[in-house]
Amino acid sequence: MVRYIAKRFLVSVPTLLLVVTLVFLAFQLIPGDPARMYVGVDAAQEAVEQVRRDLGLDQPVWTQYVTYMSRLARGDLGKSIYTRRSVVSELAPRFRNTLELSLAAIVFATLVGVALGTLATVKQGTGWDRLLTVLSLFGISMPVFWLGLLLTYVFSVQWHLLPSAGNETWRHFLMPTLCLSAFSLAFITRMTRSALLEVLAQDYVRTALAKGVREAVVVGWHALRNAMLPVVTVVGLRFGYMLGGAVVTEEVFAWPGLGRLLVTAVGQRDIPLVQGALLLFGAGFVLVNLLVDLVYGILDPRIRHR
Amino acid sequence: MEPLLDVRNLRTHFFSRAGAVRAVDGVSFSLDRGEILGLVGESGCGKSVSSLSVMRLVDRPGRIVSGEILFEGRDLLGLSKEEMRRLRGNRLAMIFQEPTSSMNPVFTTGSQIAEAILVHERVSRKAARERVLRLMQLVGIPDPERRFRQFPHQFSGGMLQRMMVAMALACNPSVLIADEPVTALDVTIQAQILDLIKELRDRTGASVLLITHDMGVVAETCDRVAVMYLGKIVETAPLAPLFEAPKHPYTVGLFASIPRLEETVEWLQPIPGTVPSPLDLPAGCLFRNRCPHALPICGTAEPPILEIAPKHHVACYLYEAGGRA
Amino acid sequence: MKLLSRLSRAVWAFTRDYKLGALGGALVLLFLTVALLAPQLAPYDPDTISLRESLAGPSARHWLGQDNQGRDLLSRIIFGARMSLYISLSAIGIGAVFGVLLGMLAAYYRRLDMPIMRLMDVVLAFPGIIVALTTIAILGRSVNNVVIAIGIYHIPQFARLVHGLTLSIQETVYVEGAVASGESDFSVLTRYILPNCLASIVVQTSLLIPGAIMTAATLSFLGLGVPPPTAEWGSMLQNSLQWAQMAPHVMIIPGLALMLAVFGFNVLGDELRDAMDPRLKKR
Repeated sequence: MVRYIAKRFLVSVPTLLLVVTLVFLAFQLIPGDPARMYVGVDAAQEAVEQVRRDLGLDQPVWTQYVTYMSRLARGDLGKSIYTRRSVVSELAPRFRNTLELSLAAIVFATLVGVALGTLATVKQGTGWDRLLTVLSLFGISMPVFWLGLLLTYVFSVQWHLLPSAGNETWRHFLMPTLCLSAFSLAFITRMTRSALLEVLAQDYVRTALAKGVREAVVVGWHALRNAMLPVVTVVGLRFGYMLGGAVVTEEVFAWPGLGRLLVTAVGQRDIPLVQGALLLFGAGFVLVNLLVDLVYGILDPRIRHR
Repeated sequence: MEPLLDVRNLRTHFFSRAGAVRAVDGVSFSLDRGEILGLVGESGCGKSVSSLSVMRLVDRPGRIVSGEILFEGRDLLGLSKEEMRRLRGNRLAMIFQEPTSSMNPVFTTGSQIAEAILVHERVSRKAARERVLRLMQLVGIPDPERRFRQFPHQFSGGMLQRMMVAMALACNPSVLIADEPVTALDVTIQAQILDLIKELRDRTGASVLLITHDMGVVAETCDRVAVMYLGKIVETAPLAPLFEAPKHPYTVGLFASIPRLEETVEWLQPIPGTVPSPLDLPAGCLFRNRCPHALPICGTAEPPILEIAPKHHVACYLYEAGGRA
Repeated sequence: MKLLSRLSRAVWAFTRDYKLGALGGALVLLFLTVALLAPQLAPYDPDTISLRESLAGPSARHWLGQDNQGRDLLSRIIFGARMSLYISLSAIGIGAVFGVLLGMLAAYYRRLDMPIMRLMDVVLAFPGIIVALTTIAILGRSVNNVVIAIGIYHIPQFARLVHGLTLSIQETVYVEGAVASGESDFSVLTRYILPNCLASIVVQTSLLIPGAIMTAATLSFLGLGVPPPTAEWGSMLQNSLQWAQMAPHVMIIPGLALMLAVFGFNVLGDELRDAMDPRLKKR
């Protein structure tokens, strides 16, 4: 098991390095002069040159890369052009906010999704199943921002029940979580249903029934335990995606998260901030994948013993 | 003496858009205490479905349409789902063809066998575990303590089938149904498993319904044999009479098509013609279009089941009222 | 002619058995028709401003009402469909062309495998919307940049698909035979490997269309997509933010259009896959 984890970890390191490098490279491509953007359009030429030297932008690309990597290793992501504060201090609280929202959303989506998916399987072919199928298809087709707008319109504007912006109280969590989880909930419901149906067609389910195990136990324990394998993969992928994909929900509900920061930073051409945010997204995704591999190894003995 | 298991006129049909497939259509056989009955036939003749019907494990789109399955005097088809569940794995057990896929891959094999006990009897986990270890020794698994904790993918096919046998026998069933138990195994392992089944029959007195398409397996293991074709039983006989002098033209054809060790032949003799489509069955005897001795009467109605010798039944017009032997 | 009658009989059978799929098919057909025939179908020019009629509700002359600049909503929805179709198909097209190429090359030439597929993994490490965002940040806002931005993150999807397929196809006996008899790499790739991938590529494309439509709208909603005043469902929703309280129809209608279009594709794709799967028991 330890060997398995170590192997998965080693595989992700090069990917992580590539992510970091790609982010660096992408910014060499931005048109316009970052130094000038920093100082202002009308600044004097010497001021621009001074800034260029300060930021190390006059160095050849290779040197810049080395500087970048070494500073990264020390946890230094530079300073935001706009606010002049360290990128790390800007990113940290935002990342926490996004993480909180994403966690809430994925936990909700998984619990409800697995439950509904199991229900749909048990009632396969009946009206309930078809209803759940249609609902989940709606769920994956629902534009997140539209759902957000509708919810805001109903619950904030018309009924004044829930706050429409910010993240102070638990009440602030309700609509954004629902919004962010909609797609994943529908997706997980479908995944659970199809995985469960496939498992129920397996020989070992027949054996369990032949042993005299109760149907509910066969479905809820024997079958579901196996169906969880592909579902866990999906949950992990969705969570990894949510970290960045939350940007839309954050915009609609003015949630002070990382995605929203990225959008603002992009608009202001605040390159260090954009780089920092992208790094977090990429690294976060790689780490989540690693976590999924880990959980998979715990759940499936066949993987562990390879 | 009343038979332990008495199947009467069982009909199990599968309903699809294209029509109804009469997989088991009027099958009757019985199983006495301590005997091994072989149910043979080619693929698709309905032998597996018959065994699944006895266990009431037939799933959509199939359904048991009519008939009686008397077990220790009670009709299994009249029991509630819960009553039937209590019999499964308890008084009636079943093992299947592919041992490698018949066990849940994410649970230890030992715990799965223990489950067979815990589901039906109020014993502690420890007690169940002890019984499982003894069962494992009984079926010939070396180092049971270590093997108990292992997962199905860590076993060979033969070992896993032994574990399946252990699981089936966990609650001392009266009837063991074995659906092609050795088909997926190497020939040498086949012999071992068959010996195991016979030994356990001798030891526990359980009756065995052995389903197979392999006449060699039948010859090794069975006391009596029932031959199936297209959902019906065409001949039932004790082992020796069936092998020495088969009566039904289908059985004769089956034996003729098997190469024998003692003779060298130029050509194998298959049964001429093809099996009719299950959706478009002919009237009268289903074997008629391939039978070398077909009579006009064979096309009118299904042949009656005639007892031509003690315990030897044939469904064929040839033997009607002292006709051609 | 025979092909046409066989095709229409297949469609009829599908409609009969899969009611939901038929609904999806109808929605997709509606979307395609509207998008392709936009200039003929739209009652007004989508960009004509009429400030006096700002935020007017549905009426006899403007069936879906008007937006805050008095532009006819129905016409803007119709042209929005056209824009969505253009963007999604072009983006997926780019993704397919480059992705298939990269995937095949990576699988066929062992030395290229690691670098190419690693690169694909890296792109996939970012959520699609983030990749698109960043690309727009670098390239600037325009319709074609949106196409490129969305196309970029589709490249790894196709690359992965074709990579796996190529790996298994090239192990088959007939490909080995072709190579052994001296066929050029190009010939093997185009005559044996590519045709066998086509079916999966087509299936993958149909599955990706709804997502691409959604992403394009999302980008516009965030202010990073199609620049105004061009009619696009996402930007229409962006615009409606300020006016939703006064005139909800400006918010509801574009969103509904977007949802129905995506829904249609999702449902159709889903039911088609079910219909073609021999394992599923149909009641």
